[in-house]
Amino acid sequence: MSAAAPLLQVRDLRFRYEGKPVLDGCTFDVGRDERLAILGASGSGKSTLLRLILGILRPESGTIRFEDRDLAGLRTEELNAARQKIGMVFQGAALISSLTVAENLALPLKELTDKPAKEIDDVVDAKLDLVGMRRTKDQLPAELSGGMRKRIGVARALVLEPELILFDEPSSGLDPVGTTEIDELILTLGERTKASCVVVTHNMPSAFRIATRMAMLHEGAVLEEGPPEAFRSSKNPVVRQFVAGDTDGPLGREPDDERPA
Amino acid sequence: MGNRTLAALEGLSSLAWFVAGTVTEMLGHVRRRRAPLHLSLFFEQTRRVGVGSIPLVALVSLFLGLTTALLVGYQLRRLGAEESVPGFVAVSFSRELGALLTGIVVAARSGAAFTAELGTMTVSEEVDAIEGMGIGPLRFLVAPRVLASVLMLPSLSVVSNLAALLGGALVSRVEFDISFRYFGLLTLESLVQRDIWAGLVKSLLFGLIIGVIACYKGIAATRGAIGVGLATTSSVVMSVTSVIACDTLCNIVLVRVWE
Repeated sequence: MSAAAPLLQVRDLRFRYEGKPVLDGCTFDVGRDERLAILGASGSGKSTLLRLILGILRPESGTIRFEDRDLAGLRTEELNAARQKIGMVFQGAALISSLTVAENLALPLKELTDKPAKEIDDVVDAKLDLVGMRRTKDQLPAELSGGMRKRIGVARALVLEPELILFDEPSSGLDPVGTTEIDELILTLGERTKASCVVVTHNMPSAFRIATRMAMLHEGAVLEEGPPEAFRSSKNPVVRQFVAGDTDGPLGREPDDERPA
Repeated sequence: MGNRTLAALEGLSSLAWFVAGTVTEMLGHVRRRRAPLHLSLFFEQTRRVGVGSIPLVALVSLFLGLTTALLVGYQLRRLGAEESVPGFVAVSFSRELGALLTGIVVAARSGAAFTAELGTMTVSEEVDAIEGMGIGPLRFLVAPRVLASVLMLPSLSVVSNLAALLGGALVSRVEFDISFRYFGLLTLESLVQRDIWAGLVKSLLFGLIIGVIACYKGIAATRGAIGVGLATTSSVVMSVTSVIACDTLCNIVLVRVWE
């Protein structure tokens, strides 16, 4: 594989849920050291896209090439090996509720590596330090705030030193300060870990703060992609409406959602 | 009727795939020279399914043993055959009621807990997170629960048999003037080894049925809290029905083979 080849190549991805098309020919690349923000309205298939990349869902057709291997065509064991190079931070953090913070972080290390207990403890401490959460080590996820859980989720995604980190709505449910904190954490991760990031979001200030490149997902496909500056001055009416957050435009509500004035 | 049959067949094939997937994940781990399941989680589940169920299984079996001895004893007394009460209680529980009662209690208690726990983990994306890390949710979450259920059912079934015999002995002492020592002798005279084996093998099967159905329903839960509630109800109904159906099937086979 050449040095310039993208880390992740998604080509013509199609996926249906209960017969309805969610992704319909979705195509994009993620380069090394890149932070790609995937934008799109609620229900546009952004989270589904991350689940397809991680192999939790299988696509109807299309390819997801990661390090030159098609993840969609791998057997479970090969896929599990590839997954160790991809970390994911879920929307609600998805920490295992019955385990403490330290146990959550140690879980993939214990289950998937041969590291001795002392080394696992050191890795857990280092990753908790990275997100500034070492003091929560012995707490259960239920004892933490939403923002703290998100940070722990980030730390857990980092323990196996992934090359690609997927963020599903990292700012959802957080106040503006918490959102900025998570954004800054994502920015520092790029510098410290050299991992590429794919951030799914519909929070525009957050997307502009984080992204080195953006892609707009609309009707199952990438409608426009480019640097953040290009999105600010986009001529596409869908992108312009989404970036500005206007109610008038092609991104109208579904008739069932409309309320009488 | 056609659609129902199709749905039932789909359900059965989903359960078969679920079991096959769990075994495959365990074997994959063995091939990488690792334990096929997380041992501390397995022991935690055996504690919850086994030790945690002892009081309820013992209490219910004690009462049922008391009632069985009382009702049967009054009928037999008319014929002057009260001394058959110990044998009746011993055989009915060792071959049939001990395993069945334990199956129903565990389905309602531990099976419901399995479904609710795994269902909540599924809808809160915890199962996706485990899968996304490449850990294998079936091996990590399902295998310890199913195996604990399979191994604990026979043990609990022995507890049930002993509690029912105690109940029978109490009634026999008070109502029919049969001493505890004589009750014990009559019990030993009536017990046949194959009845005990039949009860134990049936309870192993019940453990497998309960564990697989409860975990499958939990992992397949959707639509948030209401989905978890529906999955739990469905899990208990399906487990209890399947345990009784399996018991009937086992009895038909055993009668054909032995009688």
